[in-house]
Amino acid sequence: MINARVTVTLKNGVLDPQGKAIEGALGALGFDSIGHVRQGKVFDLQIDTADKTKAEADLKAMCEKLLANTVIENYTIALD
Amino acid sequence: MKSAVVQLPGLNRDRDMIAALTKISGKAPVTIWQTETDIPDVDLIVIPGGFSYGDYLRCGAIAARMPVMQAIKAKAEAGVKVLGVCNGFQILVEAGLLPGALMRNASLKFVCKEIQLEVVNANTDFSRAYEQGQIIRCPVAHHDGNYFADAETLRAIEGNGQVVFRYAAGTNPNGSINDIAGIVNAKGNVLGMMPHPENLIEAAHGGADGRGLFASALDVIAA
Repeated sequence: MINARVTVTLKNGVLDPQGKAIEGALGALGFDSIGHVRQGKVFDLQIDTADKTKAEADLKAMCEKLLANTVIENYTIALD
Repeated sequence: MKSAVVQLPGLNRDRDMIAALTKISGKAPVTIWQTETDIPDVDLIVIPGGFSYGDYLRCGAIAARMPVMQAIKAKAEAGVKVLGVCNGFQILVEAGLLPGALMRNASLKFVCKEIQLEVVNANTDFSRAYEQGQIIRCPVAHHDGNYFADAETLRAIEGNGQVVFRYAAGTNPNGSINDIAGIVNAKGNVLGMMPHPENLIEAAHGGADGRGLFASALDVIAA
């Protein structure tokens, strides 16, 4: 069993109203050092194989087909 | 003209859509359930609004990957007209039948109100009952209607006349790029729009501005 983490984030240049709202809220809490905030998603997946190459290929296909909308989102894959 | 309405778990505007199609065409549409892959022989397939599969992951993302959508994609490629309203529009972009993406409203709020639409292209199968540049009333009710497309895609759809409806000046409820409210595919047989024309088709609704869209798509424009 391989544990994987997929992180999906908005592409640069895509407006992120939720990130902006969080940024504003952090500023309002007095965190003066806050710069830009971008919100994303994290998926923890278990892949039933011992073959890391296969797991990586499967995860890439999962990202392309479902987990990310590649029109607006980027993704990264990390294996345990 | 025969029509069909897609029913998926979580879609809730199917009844309104069935009523609108029945009243305007005089014939009740057939319904297509999520498990069907053998789509009946119709001229127009409508994907209504709602919250298919709970809007999980992204609005329309799960529905777009159901086998029924593969079957609808094949029908669209064969030239059958497909109309997606609200969640239906979100499903069509997630399925790749229309370009771009629909993101969270810029206000972060769910909007439920009446806006005005400008008919930017009255020369499509879905808009020819309207005049070019006509301003019509239409209700909206959505949380994720903020249309986005990259610069290249935007240039292409604007250049090809694929933008059919724009929010009229000052009424953009969601921050969509170029005030885009509804677009067609390059071939012109698939239309997606966030506003709900099915909810403004008779006096009881307080107006009938949405009727022209169905009259166009169902080919029942009065001479």
